[in-house]
Amino acid sequence: MSRDAGRLSLILLFAPFALWIGLLIILPQIGIGYISLREKVGINEYEFGFKNYADFAQAAVYRNTLFRTAWISILVTMLALVLGFPISYYIAKIARERSRAALFLMCLIPLWVSDLVRAYGWIVLLRETGVVSTALVSMGVINEPIEMLYNDVTVIIGLVYTVILFMIVPLVSTMQGMDDSLLEAGFNLGGSRLTVFRRIVVPYAMPGIVAGCIIVFMITAGSYLTPVLLGGKNSSWFTEQIYNQFITRYNWEAGATFGVLLLLFTSLVVWLGLRLTGQSLATTVAKDT
Amino acid sequence: MNDLSCVGVTKKFGDFTAVRNVSLEVPPGSFFSILGPSGCGKTTLMRMIAGFETPSAGDIRIKGESVINLAPNKRNVKMVFQHLALFPMMNVGENIAYGLRCQGEQKSEIPEKVRKVLDRVGLPGVEDKRIEQLSGGQKQRIAIARCMVLQPDVLLLDEPLGALDLKLREHMKIELKQLQERFETTFLYITHDQSEALVMSDQVAVMNAGGFEQIGSPRALYDDPVSGFVAGFVGDANVLPGTIDEVRGGEARVILDGGGAVLARLADDSNTGDRVEIFVRPEALRIGGDNGSGSLSGKVDSLLFNGAASRILVRLDTGQLVEVADGDQASEVSAHDAVTVSWQPDRSRIFVRRPGA
Repeated sequence: MSRDAGRLSLILLFAPFALWIGLLIILPQIGIGYISLREKVGINEYEFGFKNYADFAQAAVYRNTLFRTAWISILVTMLALVLGFPISYYIAKIARERSRAALFLMCLIPLWVSDLVRAYGWIVLLRETGVVSTALVSMGVINEPIEMLYNDVTVIIGLVYTVILFMIVPLVSTMQGMDDSLLEAGFNLGGSRLTVFRRIVVPYAMPGIVAGCIIVFMITAGSYLTPVLLGGKNSSWFTEQIYNQFITRYNWEAGATFGVLLLLFTSLVVWLGLRLTGQSLATTVAKDT
Repeated sequence: MNDLSCVGVTKKFGDFTAVRNVSLEVPPGSFFSILGPSGCGKTTLMRMIAGFETPSAGDIRIKGESVINLAPNKRNVKMVFQHLALFPMMNVGENIAYGLRCQGEQKSEIPEKVRKVLDRVGLPGVEDKRIEQLSGGQKQRIAIARCMVLQPDVLLLDEPLGALDLKLREHMKIELKQLQERFETTFLYITHDQSEALVMSDQVAVMNAGGFEQIGSPRALYDDPVSGFVAGFVGDANVLPGTIDEVRGGEARVILDGGGAVLARLADDSNTGDRVEIFVRPEALRIGGDNGSGSLSGKVDSLLFNGAASRILVRLDTGQLVEVADGDQASEVSAHDAVTVSWQPDRSRIFVRRPGA
């Protein structure tokens, strides 16, 4: 094949990716960034400046919502990791070859149902007249129905349920590559279960852990349906604020500002997380194996 | 007291018996090999000694004490795995220090011990290298160093040379033997490669279908095999199938399947009329004359020149091809010459025919 043909096929192969990144991610972000720097001074009169950001910094309620969103997202990420790790380990290392695919599929099944339907599923279970409450009353555990929706615990449970799959997939694929003899060598050289777990399993799974945590954190922080439906009015989720600015108040400038801030802040949290745990993208996610 | 002894060790997986009533004694400081084809149960036996499998019956003792109820991490036997199982996320120094840290060694003494053991395996100063920067032979030595730094009673090696190329394998054979002598530690080596076992070992146990066929020095296995399996598996042998016609003391006259009658030494209790196999080493075969066995005629098929290990391939009139390592004759004969081959009956063995042969 001639060089030109090779170059052409490279361009053609690369084109869909470039179009996707350019048109659907970079361009809209530039648009959002542009709008966020626009100050409304009168009808159809705009100036450029950081007033929108200054407004945000002054309003404690928005700031707190952002921090709260980040904090709950971190908590959800931790929970997803703690719950997802044993499941992934079981699927990757303990389950037999034949049941492995079935188990993996079972983890995927919730994805076949839309976010919205899954959230309503939780509502059916947890509301005052819902399945759980009614069952507990009829068993005599509680005297009168209780409302289990619209609190932080429910929001966190719902979020963990939604995102845990994105923790399990990278973890399973990393741990599947781990040779059993590494674990046996760990024991053979005198390591206890804890030592083998801490010094062999976790370091080996680190690329999967980092990838899973970043994906889960980003999805959680940017999620909208689950916190709004399960948390109700009290959820104070940052994406809800963005929605309100854009749709309810028709204040695109403030909405765009919030959008940029969410992106920056979550990126900052991911960066801090990597720094604090001593990991880097180059040695984990982008590691060539 | 022996470093390692197994008494009647048996392992069953469901209906399948992987290891059947195996007993062995490994004296201190010796190089002991278990030689057998794949699937003979040798790896299962080693995994039981390391503690990764529990025997269905029998006892395993290390330095005289039963370790059946000890967890793998409490046993002072260390293992070099087939694919070495060096920890890829640690560098060389950390790999070696891992075991020391598990033992609760003083932090300040670890670097010194790591340095010393690397010296002893001939790789000083590689502490900071990453595992993937090492060559195959170096990885091998690091895997051994990682075990030896813990001063185990017995070092188990599970076909560690299998993944190396031929030249390096030849080199590592000698090196392993030297390392074993330097460390004065008992090595239990598992292999399916008879030349590895013969070259390195003080004692070899030949294993087949879950049980030991014979335990002995490499020379004893080669010169005095106790069964057709051992005779065929250890070293090269020409196998001539036939039926015993007449037993004369320790020898028997055998009518070969393709015709012809020869004399060979009886090595088991086969008797007149039994279907047997005669095993003759290539170097026991002679071209021309009669050395007491009665001669078999044939034609030189080809000459395989390989220096001192040159062979003459002779196609017998029965149609069978035999290898002759008759150094004196190698230069005398040429292809398609009509020749006769014979041997001293003493240097041949008659065993009952192996199943499937």
